[in-house]
Amino acid sequence: MTRVLGLAAVWMALVMSVYGIGAAVMGLTRRRPSLVASAFQAVYVIFALMTLATGAMIYALVTHDFSVDYVAQVGSRSTPLFYTIISLWGALEGSILFWGWVLAMYSAVVVYLNRNRPGGLVPWSSVALMTVSLYFFILLVGPANPWGLVSPVPFDGPGPNPLLQNHILMGVHPPLLYLGYVGMTVPFAFAVGALLSGEIHSGDWIKLTRRWTLSAWAFLSLAIIAGMWWSYEVLGWGGYWAWDPVENASFMPWLTATAFLHSAMVQERRGMLKLWNVNLIVSTFLLTILGTFLTRSGIISSVHAFTTGTIGYYFLAFMAFCLITSLVLVGGNSEGLRSEGHLDSAASRETVFLFNNLFLTGFTFVVVFGTLFPLLADLFNGSQVTIGAPFFNKMTIPICVALLFLMGVGPSLPWKAASREQLRQAFLLPGGTALAIVALSLALGMRDVYGIAAFSLAGFALVCNLREYAVGAQARVRAHNEAFPVALARLVTSNRRRYGGYLAHLGIIMVAAAVTASSSFRFERDATLKPGETMAVKGDLSVRFVQMWGRDEPQREVVGADVEILRDGEVVGTMDPRMNFYKAQQQPVPTPAVRSRPTGDVYINLMAFTQDGQSATIKVILEPFVPWIWVGGLVIALGAVVSAWPQSKRAPRAVGYVRPVSTGARGGADATFPGAAVPMQQMQQAPTLPTHTG
Amino acid sequence: MAMNWKRALLLTAGVGVPTIALLSFGMTRDPRQINSPLPGRDAPAFTRGVFATGADPMLRMEVGDTVRMAEHRGEIVVVNFWASWCLECRVEHEGLSMTASEYAPDGVKFFGLLYNDKEEAGLRWLSQMGGQAYPALSDPGARVAIDYGLYGVPETFVVDQRGQVAHKFVGAVNPADMRVLLDSLLKANGPSQPVGSDAPVSRTLPAGGDGS
Repeated sequence: MTRVLGLAAVWMALVMSVYGIGAAVMGLTRRRPSLVASAFQAVYVIFALMTLATGAMIYALVTHDFSVDYVAQVGSRSTPLFYTIISLWGALEGSILFWGWVLAMYSAVVVYLNRNRPGGLVPWSSVALMTVSLYFFILLVGPANPWGLVSPVPFDGPGPNPLLQNHILMGVHPPLLYLGYVGMTVPFAFAVGALLSGEIHSGDWIKLTRRWTLSAWAFLSLAIIAGMWWSYEVLGWGGYWAWDPVENASFMPWLTATAFLHSAMVQERRGMLKLWNVNLIVSTFLLTILGTFLTRSGIISSVHAFTTGTIGYYFLAFMAFCLITSLVLVGGNSEGLRSEGHLDSAASRETVFLFNNLFLTGFTFVVVFGTLFPLLADLFNGSQVTIGAPFFNKMTIPICVALLFLMGVGPSLPWKAASREQLRQAFLLPGGTALAIVALSLALGMRDVYGIAAFSLAGFALVCNLREYAVGAQARVRAHNEAFPVALARLVTSNRRRYGGYLAHLGIIMVAAAVTASSSFRFERDATLKPGETMAVKGDLSVRFVQMWGRDEPQREVVGADVEILRDGEVVGTMDPRMNFYKAQQQPVPTPAVRSRPTGDVYINLMAFTQDGQSATIKVILEPFVPWIWVGGLVIALGAVVSAWPQSKRAPRAVGYVRPVSTGARGGADATFPGAAVPMQQMQQAPTLPTHTG
Repeated sequence: MAMNWKRALLLTAGVGVPTIALLSFGMTRDPRQINSPLPGRDAPAFTRGVFATGADPMLRMEVGDTVRMAEHRGEIVVVNFWASWCLECRVEHEGLSMTASEYAPDGVKFFGLLYNDKEEAGLRWLSQMGGQAYPALSDPGARVAIDYGLYGVPETFVVDQRGQVAHKFVGAVNPADMRVLLDSLLKANGPSQPVGSDAPVSRTLPAGGDGS
């Protein structure tokens, strides 16, 4: 029954999207507003139907309805309720269903919020949204149909992949990722809508698009950080990023979206980079589809196994359709997208944005190239190669360092042109900070050039961005006689977009500094210990293996070790690294124990143990400042929220710090950057430690 | 809105078609199967010293002995790359060791190559894991690992009687898969014995159990 309901809902959504596309196109070309209105209704109905279908699937999962193919695949009576519900996105078919629901939700919200907007932009955008949705509905009734009938009905199922039911972040990372990833469809739809309606020449659509990009970007940023956190907490090798194709898939559109968030401001203020911006939006969307294609088709060897099948061909066809449609639309209209303005000076904010875009697209190119290189090598050379973290680190760390520098320079420069005196004032303190950090790093014995550069430029960017808050608030203190905290709060609310952007910068700086610190000063040691034995780790820190213990849970057996953390011989805490043995799985899932403090983590993994519990091999990894990566992720998202929050209508627009000299300098300057060197991480069905020879 | 069809067509032909072609080409390959060029080709030769003897009397070699791949032409040789720091190696260890003993009477040789690790650490690991049926070789400078195109441990190469790599296992070896492979090689290419020798091969253990 649930099965039929769910499948029927998806089919009806498919029919509705065909109808909606037809009605909107007819209504637009024959100028019949009632048809366009009807198409908008179709968007809402599709959302209702997809909610029904997704609800039906969750119901089937929760009630263990093993007659449903997908439930038989990922369900198990012994799996806890939470993991049963989130197994909705634990395998291919369910993830496509969830994708379809998120897209339907976005479409409905976009259409609803902009339904009264005059002109063809929104109707044409709804056509684009429904076309993309239609594709996912075709998948859901075709190669990714989760509603197949299983007969005879099995009594129980295998349960979700153990890695996916081992940590609570599995309930957080995927939804965020879908909200970000699928959310990039909205800016794309606006770009298509603007091109088809001819509104591409008006400046208005870019503001609307930027806000939607910002919210999707915020979700994507959080998702990437949550994914790093998840792999750190679950996979047991103590890292968080490995340049795996699936990680790259989420990172590539993030880079182009970040570039767009910056370059869109140049278009708003100076009328430049119009064609470039359209290209960035379209590329962002195409990269999400490329990423999905790469990871669902199995053409690139990735360890994030999604079962493959004919679905790869569907993605290939869709990819081709989107790419060619975009190229024709953008190429055919590029004449009208000439810049109105030009660069006045090298020392101006728009120049910095230009370089920022250059580096970010260069970054994207490196990641795309590295990800696709195995394909290219095979095609032209017939050789099978894999590209690992060393390539990506080598290529991207210099880019990250340059971006950190620009992140400080950008906010400190006015639009158009800066005077010598402005430059001196703006960079005296940040430059001094950077030099001081270099000296300090050298004095402390650091010799890694990029490590030192990353730290000092992070300090530089930090001071630059903080200075913006300080100078702005002080101006208010003087002008309005406000207390400093009040002035600061009012400063931010008076120009959320700009100061939200700087907040996102601060988050990125945190991530960059923490990534650099944790990869530069990582320390690890392992030993096989008998109960009661102590291993000295580093400095005054040592660990004592107390005992092994075991516990039966419905879905798994847990074997753990009690480990005491000692400082100067005093017990300061206990940790329990574990191995989880899931039912019907051959291999144990190691579950590290992490003790987080602001200065860093103690990360303990149970590597092995003897059956009698008389010895255990324990690996201790010290990772300085890692928690700041996660905090930085939250700050980034907070910055994006502040930035995207609609400006209150009553707030007087002109209040706030107005930069001297430059004309009308209270425009937004929200910006963000990828962190510095994100070192290797990897994740596999069964975790192994990677060692790349090439 | 006047469309510039010429430019649109040019972009499609110049950017769209090649991209799609590349991705279409991708659909014809299976990276999990062929991410090593070795299967079907001659196994790279190596000469390496033994640092741990191996517990099975039929496989045992003395510390300091030298293994020369060239001398094993005619035999099935299983080359397993491992390290003491590798988690998956712990997972596969017992099954691999048992399979080695099981097929020793068939003349199948197993060698473990220590990858990117110290011999002392390897020895400690072996004693911790309760020994190993087959000898362990050191690979200073990881030269053999490079020749075999290793990109992680564990990886296990099965070299057939003709000296060609018959299969590469990535990650922990499932003993059942290994048995199926070895049985089929023995069946297809005849007994595993050094070229030139015609020593009778005796089977003492039934092979081909499903192991699960």
